[in-house]
Amino acid sequence: MSAVTNAEKVKAGSAWGGGRSPFSIEYGKLMMWIFLLSDAFTFSGLLAAYGSIRFSNSDNWPDPDVVFQSAPFIPSGAPLVFVGIMTFILIMSSVTMVLAVEAGHRGSRKEVTKWLLWTVFGGLLFLSCQAYEWAHLHHEGYWWGRIPTEHNVNFSNLFFTITGFHGFHVTTGVVINIVVLINVLKGTYERRGHYLMVEKVGLYWHFVDLVWVFVFTFFYLV
Amino acid sequence: MATIATHEPTGLHDNLAHTPDGHHHKETFLTKYVFSQDHKMIAKQFLITGMVMGIIGMGLSLLFRIQLAYPDQTFPFLEALLGRFAEGGRISPSFYLALVTIHGTIMVFFLLTAGLSGTFANLLIPLQIGARDMASPFMNMLSFWFFFVACLVMLGSFFIEAGPASSGWTVYPPLSALPQAIPGSGLGMTFWLISIFLFIISQVLGGINYISTVLNMRTQGMTMTKMPLTTWALFLTAVLGLLSFPVLVSAVVLLIFDRSFGTSFYLSDIFIGGQALPNTGGSPILYQHLFWFLGHPEVYIVIMPTFGIVSEVLSVNARKPIFGYRAMIMSMMAIAGLSFIVWAHHMFVSGMNPFLGGVFMITTLIIAVPSAVKAFNYIATLWRGNINFTPQMLFAIGMVSFFISGGLTGIWVGNAALDINLHDTYFVIAHFHLVMGSAAVFGMFAGIYHWFPKMYGRLMSKRSGYLHFWLTFVAAYLVFFPMHFLGLDGVPRRYYEFTAFGMFEEWIEVNKLITIAAIVGGAAQLIFIYNFFRSIFWGERATQNPWKSNTLEWTTPVERLHGNWPGDIPHVHRWPYDYSKPGAEDDFIPQTVPYSETISSNVPYDFGFHGDAEGFTHEFYKGNKEERTPAKD
Repeated sequence: MSAVTNAEKVKAGSAWGGGRSPFSIEYGKLMMWIFLLSDAFTFSGLLAAYGSIRFSNSDNWPDPDVVFQSAPFIPSGAPLVFVGIMTFILIMSSVTMVLAVEAGHRGSRKEVTKWLLWTVFGGLLFLSCQAYEWAHLHHEGYWWGRIPTEHNVNFSNLFFTITGFHGFHVTTGVVINIVVLINVLKGTYERRGHYLMVEKVGLYWHFVDLVWVFVFTFFYLV
Repeated sequence: MATIATHEPTGLHDNLAHTPDGHHHKETFLTKYVFSQDHKMIAKQFLITGMVMGIIGMGLSLLFRIQLAYPDQTFPFLEALLGRFAEGGRISPSFYLALVTIHGTIMVFFLLTAGLSGTFANLLIPLQIGARDMASPFMNMLSFWFFFVACLVMLGSFFIEAGPASSGWTVYPPLSALPQAIPGSGLGMTFWLISIFLFIISQVLGGINYISTVLNMRTQGMTMTKMPLTTWALFLTAVLGLLSFPVLVSAVVLLIFDRSFGTSFYLSDIFIGGQALPNTGGSPILYQHLFWFLGHPEVYIVIMPTFGIVSEVLSVNARKPIFGYRAMIMSMMAIAGLSFIVWAHHMFVSGMNPFLGGVFMITTLIIAVPSAVKAFNYIATLWRGNINFTPQMLFAIGMVSFFISGGLTGIWVGNAALDINLHDTYFVIAHFHLVMGSAAVFGMFAGIYHWFPKMYGRLMSKRSGYLHFWLTFVAAYLVFFPMHFLGLDGVPRRYYEFTAFGMFEEWIEVNKLITIAAIVGGAAQLIFIYNFFRSIFWGERATQNPWKSNTLEWTTPVERLHGNWPGDIPHVHRWPYDYSKPGAEDDFIPQTVPYSETISSNVPYDFGFHGDAEGFTHEFYKGNKEERTPAKD
C-alpha cells in the first residue's frame, strides 16, 4: 500500500486521527506496563522493610529450613520440597499463559480457551497450596503476632503479610483471568479482531510470577 | 503493507465514541456533569472539589491560629462551631493536634496534589498535545470518584466521637500505630488510613492515564521537544506520583497490620500507661524511611505542575519565548530524579547514622542547582519583556518570589548540622509554607486565571483578581516570614500554647500579627471564590484566544466540544514559544502555523541548522516541499 493511501486512511479518522505512538504499542498495554512499574515499587517497599527488620534482628531470626521443612507424605521433613512444588506450579501457569497469548496472536479461540483454563487452574492450585501451608503453620503456632519459638515475632508477621499481599495479587490475577476467559468464550475478542486483552492480563500474570521469585528467595532460600 | 502494520496499534483504540463523527450516545445530566468521562469536565470536578477542600483546610488553620495567638481567651463562637472539641470556647489540646494534622493532610494531598495536578493534567494534557481525550476516559472518571470518596472519608472523621487523626500529617508511629495512645489514634486514624488508601488508588489511576496519554497520543508533529513546558511538568509529576505513592501503600499496609493485627513492624520496647507492650523487633524509623520515600517526591509533585503553569504564563504575558526551554526540561528531569534520593533529610535527628546524614545532605544540596536554573530562567524570561500585568502574571511572578525566598531557607534546613537546631521548629514551617505552600497555591491561582476561559468560556474579573493578588501576597509574607525568627529562637511546631513556656512568651505579639494576617489572607480568598463563581455565569465572554497564546488548547472552539476539535486535530509545526519573533507579522505564531507561511521571520535555527545562512537557504529551498504539504487541509 502506498504512503498516500495510508495518509488518507489516517485523515479519514480511524480512531483518534492523531499522530502515531512512539512505541508502536497499544495504549492499554502501555498502561499495564506503567501500572506494573508502580506495583513493583510497592513490593520493593515491602521487601525493603523485610530486609531492614530482618537484619536488625539477625541474631534472633529462625532458620527457614526448620520452619518450612514439612511436606505432605514426608514425615521426616524435607525443606524446600513443598515450596518448590508451589513455585513450579506458578511458573508452569506462566508457561500456559504464554501459550494462550501465542494462540491469541493466531486468533485461535479454542486454543486460547484451553490455555487460559490451564492458567486459571494453575493459579487456583498455587492458592490452594498457599492456603494449605498457612493452615499448617497456623496449626504449629505461627500467625500474625505469634511465634512458637523464642525467635523474633516479626518473622511470622512479615511472612504472612508479604506472602498474603502476593497471594492477594494472585487472587486478583485469577479473577481477571476468569473474566477474560468468559469474554473469550463469549467471542468478545473475536469480534474485536484481536486478543490483546489476553496479552495484557498475561503481563500482569508474569509480573505476579516474577514477584514470587523474589518472595521465595527472601523467605525460603536465604 | 509494512507501514500499515506499524500503524495498527493506535488504530485499535476502542473509544470511537469520542471522535466527532462517532458521537452517538445521548448526554444526560448524569453523564455530562456527574459521571462524566470528558477530560475537561473531570478537570473542573477536580478543581471545585479541590477548592472546597482548600477552603476547609484553610479554615482549620485559622482555628488553630486563633488558639496560638490568644491561648488564654475564650471564644464562644468556637464552642458553637465545634461543640465538644472546644468546650468553654477554647480548642482542646487533642483537637488542636487534630486540626494541624488534617490541615496538613488536606493541603498537601487533597488541594495541592489532587486539586492541582488533577485539574491541570486533565484539562491541559489532551488539549496541549492535540488529543481528543485521555487514553482511558473511564479510568479518568474512576480516578476522580476515588478522590471524591477519599475526601468524604477524611472529612467524615470530624464526626466521630474521638475526633480525627492527630499524629501530624506524616502519621509517625508509635503515635499512629497504637489506638490507645491519644484520642486521635483510634477510629480517626483508621479513617485517615482508609482515605489515603483511596487517594492513592485515585493517584495511580490518574498517573497511568496522564503518562500514557503524553507518550502515546500526541498529534502529528508534536515531538517531545515541541511540547509546552506545562505538559512536560505535568508528565514528570505523574511519573513521580506513580513511583512514589506505591511505597506509601507498603508503609500504610504495614501500619494497618500494626494497628489491627498485633504485629510489631514499627513497634518495639514500648510502655503505655505504665504497662509494657509485648512488641519487639520493629523500628519506627523504618516507617519514616518508607513514608519519606513518598513524602519527598510528594513535595515535588506539589510544586512541579506550577513550574509548568508559571513557565507558560510568564512567557505568554511577557510576550517572550521562555528562557532556556531545554534547560527547563533538563532541570525538571534533574529535580524529578534527585527527589528520589534525598528523603532522609527529613530524618537528620531521627537517630540515623551521621554518615548517612552527610550523604543525604549532599544530594539535597545538589537540588539547589536545577532549582536555581529555573529561578534564573524565570527572571531572564521577564527581562526586557513586553509585560502584561494580568492577574495570572502577578500570581506567576508571586510564585517565583515565594519559590526563591522559601528555597533559600531550604539550603539551611538541608544542612545536617544546622538542621539539629532548626528541626521541628517554626523555621521549617516557614520554609515549606513559602516554597511549596504559597508558591504552589500561587501557581495554581495563576493557572486558574489563565485557563478559566478554556474551562468556562468566560473571563474572570481583572479588578477582583488584582485585589485578590495583593491581599494574598502581602498576607502570605506577613504570615510566614516572621516564622523564621520564631524558629531561629527555637520555638517548636505543633505546641498547643506558648504561654505555658516562659521562654516563648515574648513571641505572643508576633503570633497575634501572624493570626491577623492569616485572617486577612483568608478573607481575600472569599474575593476569589466570589469572582470564580460569578464569572462562571456572568463573566465577560472570552474570545477563542484571549491571551494571544501559541499552544494548541487555544485552537479549540470556545464552546468546549466533547472531542475538543470539531474537525481534524491540528498538526504541529513549531515549538510553543514563538513570541515577538523578529520579522513576524504578529507578536505570536501559534504552533499550528507552518514555517512556509512565516518566511519573513524564519531563522536557520528553526530548522535545526547551525551553519552559514547561504548554505541554509540552499538546504531550505531544496527540502521545503515536504514541509508545505501537510499544512493545508
